[in-house]
Amino acid sequence: MTTLTTQTGIATTTAAPARLYGLVAEFENPAQIVAAAEKIRDKGYRYWDCHTPFPVHGLDKAMGIQRTILPVLVFVAGAAGCTTGLGLQLFTNSFNFTIWALVWVTGYPFLISGKPALSIPAFVPVMFELTILFSALSCVGLMFLMNGLPRLHNPLFTCDRFRRASDDRFFISIEARDPRFYRSKTEADLKSCGAAAVEAVVED
Amino acid sequence: MSTIHAHEIDNTGDVPGKRAPLVLGHTDFHQVTNTICRPNEMRKPPMAWYVMFGISMMLVMNLGFVVHYLIFTGVGVWGLNNPVMWAFDITNFVFWVGIGHAGTLISAILFLFRQKWRTGINRFAEAMTIFAVICAGLFPGIHVGRVWLAYWLFPIPNQMGMWPQFRSPLLWDVFAVSTYFTVSLLFWYVGLVPDLATMRDRAKGKVQQMAYGLFSLGWRGSNRHWHRYERAYLLLAALSTPLVLSVHSVVSFDFATSQLPGWHTTIFPPYFVAGAIFSGFAMVVTLAVPARELFGLKNLITLRHLDNMNKVILVTGCMVGYAYGMEFFIAWYSGALYEKFAFMNRAFGQYSWAYWIMVSCNVITPQLFWFKKVRTSIPLMFILSLFVNVGMWFERFVIIVTSLANDRFLPMIAISEVKGVMPQADPHWEGWHQSHGAGSNAAAAHSANGDNS
Repeated sequence: MTTLTTQTGIATTTAAPARLYGLVAEFENPAQIVAAAEKIRDKGYRYWDCHTPFPVHGLDKAMGIQRTILPVLVFVAGAAGCTTGLGLQLFTNSFNFTIWALVWVTGYPFLISGKPALSIPAFVPVMFELTILFSALSCVGLMFLMNGLPRLHNPLFTCDRFRRASDDRFFISIEARDPRFYRSKTEADLKSCGAAAVEAVVED
Repeated sequence: MSTIHAHEIDNTGDVPGKRAPLVLGHTDFHQVTNTICRPNEMRKPPMAWYVMFGISMMLVMNLGFVVHYLIFTGVGVWGLNNPVMWAFDITNFVFWVGIGHAGTLISAILFLFRQKWRTGINRFAEAMTIFAVICAGLFPGIHVGRVWLAYWLFPIPNQMGMWPQFRSPLLWDVFAVSTYFTVSLLFWYVGLVPDLATMRDRAKGKVQQMAYGLFSLGWRGSNRHWHRYERAYLLLAALSTPLVLSVHSVVSFDFATSQLPGWHTTIFPPYFVAGAIFSGFAMVVTLAVPARELFGLKNLITLRHLDNMNKVILVTGCMVGYAYGMEFFIAWYSGALYEKFAFMNRAFGQYSWAYWIMVSCNVITPQLFWFKKVRTSIPLMFILSLFVNVGMWFERFVIIVTSLANDRFLPMIAISEVKGVMPQADPHWEGWHQSHGAGSNAAAAHSANGDNS
């Protein structure tokens, strides 16, 4: 934190000039941020985001966020889990192939109560459980990866005001790398949306 | 802080056309955040917490002692005998898995049904699930006898070139319970990440900031993140719902797929799931009542929440009662001699005391919840929930032990009948201690975590 920022967003540099990360605007309630998000979207910004303590209904549409493909990926993972479950059981209990799975392993065709080697009904529960396991793990893992998390730090965390984004305030951040970002113009845009305060955030 | 207390507003009634308030005494988001974070930010927990934690820890130490005694001596210390090879261990396993089900029901099924009141209790119910499944996992682990060979449960290449036998429900159990634990943990943690971010942003000390920052994974409330987060949460709920139903179904297969009279019934999967939800909700009430008192959460876990949970207990209690009746009807209707005997013996045989404890706790006691006065009375619901916990433990005991103790299919039973001896499980003190120990294990862990609702 080499710089301090003022309420008007004019950074007062103390040492070497730090690079501007972007602007952060504070709003007081969910209705305000939804209205503001629509305006910012229509101005054509690309690298911008809303930050809210809880998911705000209608904000996805106001921001123009496209539906995530996460469910498709989870379906693929689930199908992979189901196949793994079937393959595991067929290999270990139905045939005596030898394959290399890190070590050489051989299946063992169990004969239990004279049941056929391919007793698929008995294999259903484990197939089901592995479907769920693979889906759930990939669902959570992919969700965080697609969100670019985990991340130890973000320039936004240097902004004291921004701490309330996880409590009771709603924020819009516009990054300086956005092609339409001009410090004064963007600040005016945010103010015209009804922001209670606009602050500059620098990379540290 | 708020000046209105929960007892001043009655939100248990239903006015047509008007939604009952789910949160009492709060006027803005900040107050809600404050109320939730306060237990975690207290400099010292309340005195009662120390007392409860102390008692729980002593029982956990007792558990550690008896588990060591068991491992070094053998499973005979449970009083296991032929043919009663399963008694305390599997009773506790089934009981604890069942307890966990309420947490998943609250977090997944009520989420899919858009029951907004769940948010007041879901996180701590999920935490209860995790500790309950840990307790459950302990018992098959020590039940295998030679615990150092417990890895035989998993399909790991080994020097014998042997694999587990996948046509056995016991192996399905391994997969069901370990999947259930993993998914419950994920569900709980995903829900917790934004809360940890809140704690990080409020933290005063550097260490707290770092720890919360690490575990909140850099969450910054971005709406692009929230979008995927909500999708993922919905998917997890949709995955957990069939999972939770499958887990206790698979547990019931351990019994239902056997040929043993008293176990070999098709009603077992739904009957076990209903029982699981019944006992789990009772446990949530048992834990929620002191937690909301001690940590000042009465405005968030309101009387309406407790009222709703008591209604669930009533409904599932009736389902369980129906299942008890139906088992007897089918035993009679099947005309199978052994089946008839198994059930008459269950109610009037050598374990009838356990059977009638079960019936009075599980069928008769919850009927009191038809009365709104009972459903909204804190002391009464607490006492009734304890009754249900006891009753459900005995249900598992009755199913397992009474069926095994009179197993007429095994040749040694014929011999013992000739000799006029009926084998019984002899509940030694170690068994009882382990049952209590696991309970307090969960309680101890829970009192450390019970405040993160």
